Amino acid sequence: MATVQPHQVRAGRGVELGLLVLALAIAVAGYALVGLGIDGSVPADVIGYAAGLTGLAVALHLVLRWRAPYADPVILPVAVALNGVGLAMIYRIDIAYEARDKAAGFAERQLGWTAISVVLAALVLVLLRDHRTLRRYTYTAMIVALGLVVLPLVPGIGQSINGAQIWVRLGGVGMQPAEFAKIALAVFFAGYLVTHRDTLALAGPKVLGLQLPRPRDLGPILIVWGASLAVLVLERDLGTSLLLFGLFVAMLYIATERLSWVVIGLLLFVGGAVVAATAFPHVGARFDAWLHPFDQEVFDRFPGGSGQLVRGLFGLASGGLFGTGWGAGRPDLVPYAESDFVIASLGEELGLTGLLALLLCYTILTERGLRTAIGVRDGFGKLLAGGLAFVVAFQTFVVVGGVTRLIPLTGLTTPLLAYGGSSLVANWVIVALLLRISDEARRPAPVVRAVLTPEVGTPVASGARANGSGSAGPTGGDQPTERIEGLS
Amino acid sequence: MSELTITLLRLGYLALLWVLVLSAISVLRRDLYGTRITDRRRANRAAAAPPARPQPAEAVAAPAPAAPAPAPVRTPRSARSGSGPRKLVVTEGPLRGTIVPLGTAPVLIGRAPSCTLVLDDDYSSSRHARVFPQDGQWFVEDLGSTNGTFLADQRVDGPIPLPTGTPVRVGQSVLELQR
Repeated sequence: MATVQPHQVRAGRGVELGLLVLALAIAVAGYALVGLGIDGSVPADVIGYAAGLTGLAVALHLVLRWRAPYADPVILPVAVALNGVGLAMIYRIDIAYEARDKAAGFAERQLGWTAISVVLAALVLVLLRDHRTLRRYTYTAMIVALGLVVLPLVPGIGQSINGAQIWVRLGGVGMQPAEFAKIALAVFFAGYLVTHRDTLALAGPKVLGLQLPRPRDLGPILIVWGASLAVLVLERDLGTSLLLFGLFVAMLYIATERLSWVVIGLLLFVGGAVVAATAFPHVGARFDAWLHPFDQEVFDRFPGGSGQLVRGLFGLASGGLFGTGWGAGRPDLVPYAESDFVIASLGEELGLTGLLALLLCYTILTERGLRTAIGVRDGFGKLLAGGLAFVVAFQTFVVVGGVTRLIPLTGLTTPLLAYGGSSLVANWVIVALLLRISDEARRPAPVVRAVLTPEVGTPVASGARANGSGSAGPTGGDQPTERIEGLS
Repeated sequence: MSELTITLLRLGYLALLWVLVLSAISVLRRDLYGTRITDRRRANRAAAAPPARPQPAEAVAAPAPAAPAPAPVRTPRSARSGSGPRKLVVTEGPLRGTIVPLGTAPVLIGRAPSCTLVLDDDYSSSRHARVFPQDGQWFVEDLGSTNGTFLADQRVDGPIPLPTGTPVRVGQSVLELQR
């Protein structure tokens, strides 16, 4: 038992505005420095670009003041900074692609997606007044999530790009539904687990110190495991499969505090991955490229060689500690430098110093999400915030780990940084949800007026009651509890 | 543009990134260090130190009376230092061995969690008795308890002076002032 004395919570909107200025400065300075680095002159439209970004960020800030005044002050600036750095890098790669007559125009589209994402985030904040509303849609969310996951398999709208069947093309707009599926799944898990966590945690036999669940409680969990495996097998997408399964194991762990779930989850995934690596050549090729990237034979293999990975590593190496500077590197030599390998591009131009700062931004974002989960009072909100924060962290880990050859490379996008409409929109919705929950978590509890009860049995006049500090009134609450000691 | 300017801009941008990170962290610092957590169990385990006497220490855990006195009266120095008693010791009962250091504040004894000394005793009332200093002298006073407070086998009615070393019976517990 411990007594916790929380400090006074400040709403922090002013702090947020200050940090937003910094974040916008980073975004705009990046854009300007790209122009300086490549052409030797600041891009002509930098004022308009700055005005547009500032408008979007300030609009979201005002929405927060209006609808979520106690939301966390750090989440929004960090998200804006990451998005801004990503935009500058995509613009920089665009210029390099244009110079080499490759398909370009990513920056404009990403800017458009940024605007759409911010508007959507604002809509989430305005329309969703209380995150607990989402709990009503627990099973709807499950069906939506499963539908989104299998959508790319539907003939006609599903599309296979580079061997992975994760795209859906509707009326000229391509999207990756799995990015949205992760939000729906987080909602489903939060709603399902908050109801069933006790049966999952307490019922069932104990084997080797691990509390195992009962078979009948496993049903929905096995469905989701099957779905994530189906993604792996049918859509040939290692990354999304890893992401969905990781989210699922993490939320089970948060809900039940049972290590057995982590062990079971890891065993299931390792088993699935080993089977997949031996059974499917494209997964096996990923492992090959991970373990022996510098073999000439593996390097030259196409598709599925390690050429992209190795070029990314060379890019990171040429960046060194402080980077080449905006516009001075050659990040465009890596295939997909603007989306999957944006981390390698940023590592080349900003160096280890800049990359670590960006990774710390993700750390801060995740920390705020987990802090929100600790602070919020309802179980559903705790699980949802914890799950969403974990998804951002895990996705970053999978991408950065893949690019830096810590784990096999998978095709996921870096949250908020990488080019990709679905990813950007989904991650801004996650940011909006975290802001909404953090507003609930940080809002001071409504003050309940204590009813004065007459003190029974204290006939002595108050003048006789001496107070140690000699002070009266509310400061008395700060006095430490009287120490009571045993005989020594 | 000169090489120097480019280098400065390059490093300046990195510095700007870190300024954002560090200022965000400094905003969070309050969150990391601002909450004061008092582990009652540990505090009491340290307090109930003698291993020979495993006392139910939890029962002792009690915050000071919530409402401070509206008009505090300074006790003379002699009550705080010098010859006056320094501690209230439980000599019998389930809490035997517990010491309450005496300051200038009254000590409330009873079963209510708001008491200074919380007794886990069916024979005591929720707010049973009070020991308080006045004019350099400690007094004991019964707060209308069911089973009464006894000072050396004499039932306590009004506030009466409590000499050092005289046993006071509250329910099943016996307390006394010690130097």
